[in-house]
Amino acid sequence: MVDRYVMSIDQGTTSTRCILFDHRGRLCSVAQREHQQHFPKPGWVEHDAVEIWRNVQRIVPEAMDSAGVDAGQIAAIGIANQRETTVLWDPRTGTPVGRAIVWQDTRTAPLVDALRDRPGDEFFLDRCGLPPSTYFSAPRIRWLFENVPGLEQRARDGEVLFGTVESWLIWNLTGGTDGGLHITDPTNASRTMLLNLRTLTWDPELLDFFGVPRDLLPEIRSSAESYGEARALLPGVRITAALGDQQAALFGQTCFSPGEAKCTYGTGSFLLMNTGTDLVRSRHGLLTTVAYRIAGQPTVYALEGPMAVTGSLVQWFRDRLGMINTAPEIETLARTVEDNGGCYIVPAFSGLFAPHWRSDARGVVVGLTSYITKGHLARAVLEATAWQTREVVDAMNADSGLALKQLKVDGGMTSDHLLMQMLADVLDVPVVRPLVAETVSLGAAYAAGLAVGYWSDLEVLRGNWHRAGQWLPDMDPERRAWEYESWQRAVQRSLDWVRPDGGPR
Amino acid sequence: MAGPVQSIERAAAILRLLAGGPRRLGLGEVASSLGLAKGTAHGILRTLQHVDFVEQDEATGKYQLGAALLHLGTSYLDVNELRSRSINWADALAARSGEAVRLGTPLEGQVLVVHHVFRPDDTLQTLDVGALLPLHASSLGKVLLAYGAATLDPPPEGLAAYTRHTLVDPEDLDRALAEIREQGWGAEVQEMSMGDAGIAAPIRGHGGLVVGAVCLSGPVERICDPRGRPLPALTALLREAARAISRDLGATRW
Repeated sequence: MVDRYVMSIDQGTTSTRCILFDHRGRLCSVAQREHQQHFPKPGWVEHDAVEIWRNVQRIVPEAMDSAGVDAGQIAAIGIANQRETTVLWDPRTGTPVGRAIVWQDTRTAPLVDALRDRPGDEFFLDRCGLPPSTYFSAPRIRWLFENVPGLEQRARDGEVLFGTVESWLIWNLTGGTDGGLHITDPTNASRTMLLNLRTLTWDPELLDFFGVPRDLLPEIRSSAESYGEARALLPGVRITAALGDQQAALFGQTCFSPGEAKCTYGTGSFLLMNTGTDLVRSRHGLLTTVAYRIAGQPTVYALEGPMAVTGSLVQWFRDRLGMINTAPEIETLARTVEDNGGCYIVPAFSGLFAPHWRSDARGVVVGLTSYITKGHLARAVLEATAWQTREVVDAMNADSGLALKQLKVDGGMTSDHLLMQMLADVLDVPVVRPLVAETVSLGAAYAAGLAVGYWSDLEVLRGNWHRAGQWLPDMDPERRAWEYESWQRAVQRSLDWVRPDGGPR
Repeated sequence: MAGPVQSIERAAAILRLLAGGPRRLGLGEVASSLGLAKGTAHGILRTLQHVDFVEQDEATGKYQLGAALLHLGTSYLDVNELRSRSINWADALAARSGEAVRLGTPLEGQVLVVHHVFRPDDTLQTLDVGALLPLHASSLGKVLLAYGAATLDPPPEGLAAYTRHTLVDPEDLDRALAEIREQGWGAEVQEMSMGDAGIAAPIRGHGGLVVGAVCLSGPVERICDPRGRPLPALTALLREAARAISRDLGATRW
């Protein structure tokens, strides 16, 4: 019998990857291509959606060639994508309206500030589970309407389509201008600020509020179901999954039961906890989001704690301070000392994300004495990630009533053993790393494979998860408590730094 | 303690002089700048040229710093960097072989375990990172010895015998190391503890220098055939992973 594989396409912030997985969830081939980051103005971040589609057209055949397989051996295609990034395009020509506005882009800050004043956070939290933030898509659509002449009218006339990146790719894969499907899934839709979290339909009040015509938006399908066959690239192969990248990682880590959580450690870090079919409203500064919806089954929700600056603090330490040559060297430097020497770094570079959501905060280094060496600073850099995780976990436990029993980790920073041990120590739970590090791609593949029966059920997927490494807590409880209090005091000192008037020009 | 070696001091002065300006310097300029006899300066320059620390321009005969010197400071490979670069390959090796994977580098006459991936069967296992292994009785150590990445300094009482299979006779060990160089990988079969075996292959950094080794280990009956020879399917997977890590180290560092 010919081997069959599931293909995942992970469209990320800096690159797009195509990976083939086999029945046991093992990675069989990878092809990857980076795309250009455009920074036209301070705070603006854009991608060229056409370049991204072109990259997909290149990496798909590359991944197939390197594994030596043909389209007939692909059981299904699943897509994971950078979330919240906004693409508008003309369905008659397939041409995007300008460049895609990326999730990191902060051009909508003035609009968002106004929304937080009036109608206020509650109006939005009630409906979509998110407080207004530059992070989400709807304010970007509003911004485009106000800044691209004629766009709003074209949208009203049905001449423009909106999508996050998975919608754009699926539209292109399923025929584009010749009948391409305009669809999304609830994980992506739940990051727009336009989705009603209870009904999982576009919320008429929110659409009205942002002035977004219904026809602009994609149809919301399940995260795992047969959307249709590809007509470009792999004609006849079914596309059967779409998930936002962080939800895909939760799925790839097989966190299928309430209380199971994963954290992906990258430039920023994202901790998601499965809360089951209960929609848990956070009272402790977390986001309520959709974890996944498998066709024909109840929707599963998650609480999410995004931390803006974790790996990027190490990059700053390397590139801006020049303390180390490569990111992994931070571990070497941090191990030159026994402890932080009383020094703490709160990396509130653009304010604090979860659970504080304080845009008036800025970074601080506290506890400096003449005793402090760069080794202590390196330790404080790593500890900043550990303590930010602790704050998010505490909020999760409080909101969900489920005490975290272990933390599954993935992402680039998991190669840092000192950080992994710190996490186990400050969380007081085991930290485990899975054998497949590419959890985002794996999650999209799992969802796609489930939808076509390549894998029979969630239990089979659980059986594919294997522990590659584990760190156990080994910290004196009194010291843990004392250090946590010191961290919290350091956080207090980062608050209320930015002044509303911006200062003299 | 002996005093400074004069010729090394002079060689250092020549290197500093060549590093001091953008211009290539002739033999006469070097000699007169440092107050050396031309013959002395020439002898030192020729030696520095021999080890690639200095290059001589063919057309003008003038000297400049060599490429090897520029790479000297950056050829050091941080062990955490090595782990970070190899993590995906080591994971894939453990997934395909079903056995535990470790990476080792030489450290003061022993092998330092710098990375460890559990055997993917979800049994209770403990991370070995930071542990030290004997050079002559581990597959990682034998490979590091074979490729000159580590040197053995046997204690006066001789090499420790962990089992009756441990190679303690220097001649036996030398033969085994020659065989490792010949075949490109090495094994230890019940040489550290009865019932266990491991196979290792070298990891090369820039310029082909062996900087570490990667190994698979487990119960002898899973690593070897009934006659105690490592299974070819496992050695093939191992060597493929070692080559992939080496490519990654070489391809991206320069």
